[in-house]
Amino acid sequence: MLSRASLGAATAMALLFTGSALAETITIATVNNGDMIRMQGYTDDFTAKTGHTVEWVTLEENVLRQRVTTDITTKGGQFDIMTIGMYETPIWGANGWLIPLDDLSAEYDVDDILPAMRGGLSHDGTLYAAPFYGESSMVMYRTDLMAAAGLEMPDAPTWEFIAEAARAMTDRENDINGVCLRGKAGWGEGGAFITVTANSFGARWFDEDWNAQFDQPEWAEALNFFVGLMADAGPPGYSTNGFNENLSLFQQGKCGMWIDATVAASFVTNPNDSTVADKVGFALAPDTGLGKRSNWLWAWALAIPAGTQKEAAAKEFIEWATSKEYIELVAKNEGWANVPPGARTSLYENPEYQKVPFAQMTLDSINAADPTNPTVKPVPYVGIQFVAIPEFAGIATEVSQEFSAAYAGQQTVEEALEKAQALTNDAMEAAGYR
Amino acid sequence: MARAVTTRRKVITTAAAWAIGLLIFFPIYWTILTSFKTEAQAINDPPLFFAFNWTLENYAIVQERSDYMRFLWNSVILAGGSTVLGILVAVPAAWSMAFVPSKRTKDILLWMLSTKMLPAVGVLYPISLLFVQFNLLDTRIGLVMVLMLINLPIIVWMLYTYFKEIPGEILEAARMDGATLKEEILYILTPMAVPGIASTILLNFILAWNEAFWTLNLTAAQSAPLTAFIASYSSPEGLFFAKLSAASTMAIAPILILGWFSQKQLVRGLTFGAVK
Repeated sequence: MLSRASLGAATAMALLFTGSALAETITIATVNNGDMIRMQGYTDDFTAKTGHTVEWVTLEENVLRQRVTTDITTKGGQFDIMTIGMYETPIWGANGWLIPLDDLSAEYDVDDILPAMRGGLSHDGTLYAAPFYGESSMVMYRTDLMAAAGLEMPDAPTWEFIAEAARAMTDRENDINGVCLRGKAGWGEGGAFITVTANSFGARWFDEDWNAQFDQPEWAEALNFFVGLMADAGPPGYSTNGFNENLSLFQQGKCGMWIDATVAASFVTNPNDSTVADKVGFALAPDTGLGKRSNWLWAWALAIPAGTQKEAAAKEFIEWATSKEYIELVAKNEGWANVPPGARTSLYENPEYQKVPFAQMTLDSINAADPTNPTVKPVPYVGIQFVAIPEFAGIATEVSQEFSAAYAGQQTVEEALEKAQALTNDAMEAAGYR
Repeated sequence: MARAVTTRRKVITTAAAWAIGLLIFFPIYWTILTSFKTEAQAINDPPLFFAFNWTLENYAIVQERSDYMRFLWNSVILAGGSTVLGILVAVPAAWSMAFVPSKRTKDILLWMLSTKMLPAVGVLYPISLLFVQFNLLDTRIGLVMVLMLINLPIIVWMLYTYFKEIPGEILEAARMDGATLKEEILYILTPMAVPGIASTILLNFILAWNEAFWTLNLTAAQSAPLTAFIASYSSPEGLFFAKLSAASTMAIAPILILGWFSQKQLVRGLTFGAVK
């Protein structure tokens, strides 16, 4: 009897002290894209290693954003890990809504995270989300059409060259557009693209006192350039084209150039989906010689909401999913072109990965982006294609709607800029910035 | 005097009805067709109507990736539960409005309907906070309540309209024969209003099945219905049209089949009282 009681007590003590090692079920909210879905397929590997099981809630990007924002602001506690981006992370970290990731294990090697990604996912030097994959934007172009136009794409082109090449490659009779760019309304769609384009023309969203800058000549120059270029060499109806529409056009051989997210490189070079897979070249996003390129920086990252009851298991998952071992696991099973890009320095030092045609240009594009110093003139904000303040998503959506209306010919560029200026200043005044 | 219907008129009317019917059905047809294409074929320009290699690959991927039966079961519980609960609340409410109206009955009816004019997102935070407070997040019972409440104005309005068509004298006669209120509603009113109640049940089942705001915002892993299943295949960065179409086809199939078999009741109920 005594020995049975002792055994029971010993088991209870062991369970008490190894509480963190108990198998848990964690719930993860994530976005629907190729890399995230691939990760879900490897969940068994994580379960085998740790004993923890995972429940996935996969949602479309905009639905996910609304869902996790509601959950974290109402302390709903439905998720143990949330997939969030560079826009949300510093704001939520500053509000104390996320658990700091400052005690990751030595094997995890946090210093291996690309500095641009680590900086964008931190607040006051503390990391709040671990990047699962990162991206910038770059030029993807048809090498055959470029050669036929008698031109050669430099590694770091200017907007002037892009415009010249786009007009030369345009062949309306054969349904080939010189350049396909985002015009669709939405802060993360056309809004992101025109913001980085404007950055390269010397424009900025706000001056140091949070006054809107749409009345400045740089914005007019950038927007008029964009509208003129797209009228001459863009696809019809580009004001409603976002990432997917342009991807579809490019894969069907209807674009000479496409400037968009670096993750698209693996799509357009995949012969199963793309008709031009073997004719694609890459270059840095263009500039105007002012010192800023028109490329953005983004990461989908994993964060732990404050208040979760399963912090230890959630951290174990994040360490597994964003580790070097996970990258090797994917590479072993699906090839190096399919590993999540843009998060770790060691990936780009790997000789096998260096053979992937878009690897170096992706790294160069990410390194060319600086969220803390995004514009030619000084600004009071962090973020390249966004301004990391809570009000930005709402304001930028409205601004991009005005711009899209100008692209569609429903109003002039001047009218769109005038409205953007007024609505931005009104919103910033209401929010107490001015 | 009956109007003579010429053959020509009949042909034109039939052709117009078919044209409108096909136009309305086209998006569903296109979704089903796309679900049998590869992702590359799904975005092909010009669009491919029949000449492509039909594949079941998307259905296999969707089946492998998602637990369809769990989403389906949640949809059945949520749509069925909210409809039954709604009918239980609405029948007595509609009875009192139709047969014992007060001076304010019309105002109450209009007020009930006015709640449908508020965009759902306007009350997202209050409802979310209530759900957090009462531990209802990601529970079926919480969602059944919400879906019942948002459809209640429509249920009451529909039942009120049907009940108004039933002569009050019949109920009066039942009362004179000694029927209690419960017996009057259960054994006299309800059997007479069966077509109306059936169409109300069907319509509300469909509305609850398709509801895609609260079912996305108040669920996580446990109680998410087919709307969340569809949302997990949509993406602004990556082409998932064929898989999304397969998921959509799987999500609408049950309700499409239900609607097909019950269309007679649905039409009869919806036109009940329309022609005197």
